[in-house]
Amino acid sequence: MTGRIQKKFVDLQKNGRKAFVAYLTAGHPDLETTGKLISALEKAGVDILEIGVPFSDPTADGPVIQASSQRALKGGVTLSNILDMIGSLRNTCDIPLVLFGYYNPIFSYGNEKFAQRAIKAGVDGILVVDLPPEEAQELRKYTDPAGIDFISLIAPTTTDERISNISRNASGFLYYISITGVTGTEKPVIEHVKADVERIRKITALPLVVGFGISTPRQASEFAACADGIVVGSALVRLIEEHSESHDLLEIASSFARDIRNVL
Amino acid sequence: MQQLLPDKNGHFGIFGGRYVAETLMPALIELDGAYRKAKKDPAFRKEFAHYLKEYAGRETPLYFARRLTEELGGAKIYLKREDINHTGSHKINNTLGQALLAKRMGKKRVIAETGAGQHGVATATVAALFGMECQIFMGEEDIRRQAPNVFRMKILDAEVVPVSSGTATLKDAMNEAMRHWVSRVRDTFYVIGSTAGPHPYPMMVRDFQSIIGKETKKQVMAKEGRLPDFLVACVGGGSNSMGLFYPFKDDEGVEMIGVEAAGKGISTGHHAASISAGSIGVLHGNKTFLLQDDNGQVYDAYSIAAGLDYPGVGPEHSYFKITGRAKYVSIEDEEAIEAFMFLSKHEGIIPAMESAHAIAYAMKLAPALDKTKIVVINLSGRGDKDAEIISRRMETD
Repeated sequence: MTGRIQKKFVDLQKNGRKAFVAYLTAGHPDLETTGKLISALEKAGVDILEIGVPFSDPTADGPVIQASSQRALKGGVTLSNILDMIGSLRNTCDIPLVLFGYYNPIFSYGNEKFAQRAIKAGVDGILVVDLPPEEAQELRKYTDPAGIDFISLIAPTTTDERISNISRNASGFLYYISITGVTGTEKPVIEHVKADVERIRKITALPLVVGFGISTPRQASEFAACADGIVVGSALVRLIEEHSESHDLLEIASSFARDIRNVL
Repeated sequence: MQQLLPDKNGHFGIFGGRYVAETLMPALIELDGAYRKAKKDPAFRKEFAHYLKEYAGRETPLYFARRLTEELGGAKIYLKREDINHTGSHKINNTLGQALLAKRMGKKRVIAETGAGQHGVATATVAALFGMECQIFMGEEDIRRQAPNVFRMKILDAEVVPVSSGTATLKDAMNEAMRHWVSRVRDTFYVIGSTAGPHPYPMMVRDFQSIIGKETKKQVMAKEGRLPDFLVACVGGGSNSMGLFYPFKDDEGVEMIGVEAAGKGISTGHHAASISAGSIGVLHGNKTFLLQDDNGQVYDAYSIAAGLDYPGVGPEHSYFKITGRAKYVSIEDEEAIEAFMFLSKHEGIIPAMESAHAIAYAMKLAPALDKTKIVVINLSGRGDKDAEIISRRMETD
């Protein structure tokens, strides 16, 4: 089975383009708006969307995504109603969707039940921040057979030996964390990223995207040049927060996305 | 002979592990390797023993509480006097061990989370002792509640970083310390204060705290010629209790009882009894019993004792619970306050509000037991820090 993610990277490569991956926190400002944002961003040229599943204790996230998660949780968002939202969206949208979050909400829902429902709803991949390869098997024994890609993280601190283990077992694409830090807190340095991407390239041919701290079209173009794509998260979430009450929210988000799409 | 736990990936049965972002994994693997090497190195063990004796003031007495025993009219009660340690609690055992390890690993900067401030003070103390830079993450709410310990940390030249995210208590302080560690992992050693967190912390903290149980065993043999029937200790994250329990784990006749904080009562939802009233989940890098809702969102714990105010518990306690090796009970705020007053009045020892939970349970247990039975209570800390809370309550009464 060729998944949406794999197909997307094949298409991008054929057209000589880089992947634009965007992150949204589900339920921020509310779940209905998240659904509309997904469709709008697909039309604006985003290639892959990461849908953040909010968690009470997001230890890998900076202030912006923390605040959006808290707001979503206050609004009563759960993994279950995020899956419902994605399921209902799938009639009209075909963008690859990756659930991005922490392990406990999935574990609490039930790993097996989660895998079945997620694939049925149209989830293409999962990125579980606090599930390193050493612990991942307990979830992957259900999500792998279901055909859900398990997107793996590589950090600046990851050794070559780990990169080779991680990429051997990875599917979909690899996500390189461009800073030694939490989301959206500092600007990555191009020389460091370049050197690390080269290090990873020697070990694996899997598509590689770079994220954490990329917020402008200029940075997007700079970092995309050395990888297969880039991820923009906190900057988009901040924009959504600032305009969450505005009637023009969808247009504002789309315009932000188009500006980045145009340079990739 | 039972298999030694945890396994190489830090699992105690289904509990424990390393559920952290990739950025931290290499650091945890390095730490695990460094710790296992240090543990086998006689020079490291000698240095640790030296500081425990000469600096922390060990060994601590195993004190026969004659008046407490007489008042309760049942089993003989001994108190393991961890309150006599330098800095006023058992926390120094662990911070000395971790700081020596940090020194060995060439780290010149330490960070820690703290709730009541006891672990923060113990970390700031060893940072001063070894000339390390020190940052302590503490919830704004706890900074307000535990002002004297905040001053102590500042006097010791540590920077206290206020944490305002979430409910601004221990859980959030730990979240923030982990975020900070992710950003400074190359030059910073994270001193975790409990048998919680990702592997190797639960194992390492247990080992450093095991001095409590080892001494107790030797002392009770010398005084009574036999092992005790009951060990009673309070459980927040579970470091003082694990330190007492662990050396006795293969002694089948010794019953181990962990006392959690029932706060305003388990049924009110305002408590910190993760084992007694929680369910299995993943928080702060390990799988364990947690206070969480049906969607896997972690609740805020509540207890009058800030040091018990944690929604998780060390994974090895969860393992002891599941295997039946230890029993876990809970004590409400009001019962702990009564025990706090009772011990102060009858023994001239003001216990920490955390330790008062263990006293309170022993006060229920001992009267029903035969006079030949022996109960050891871990008096994990002294109660000076709690005087203000108590005096405020006395005024309102």
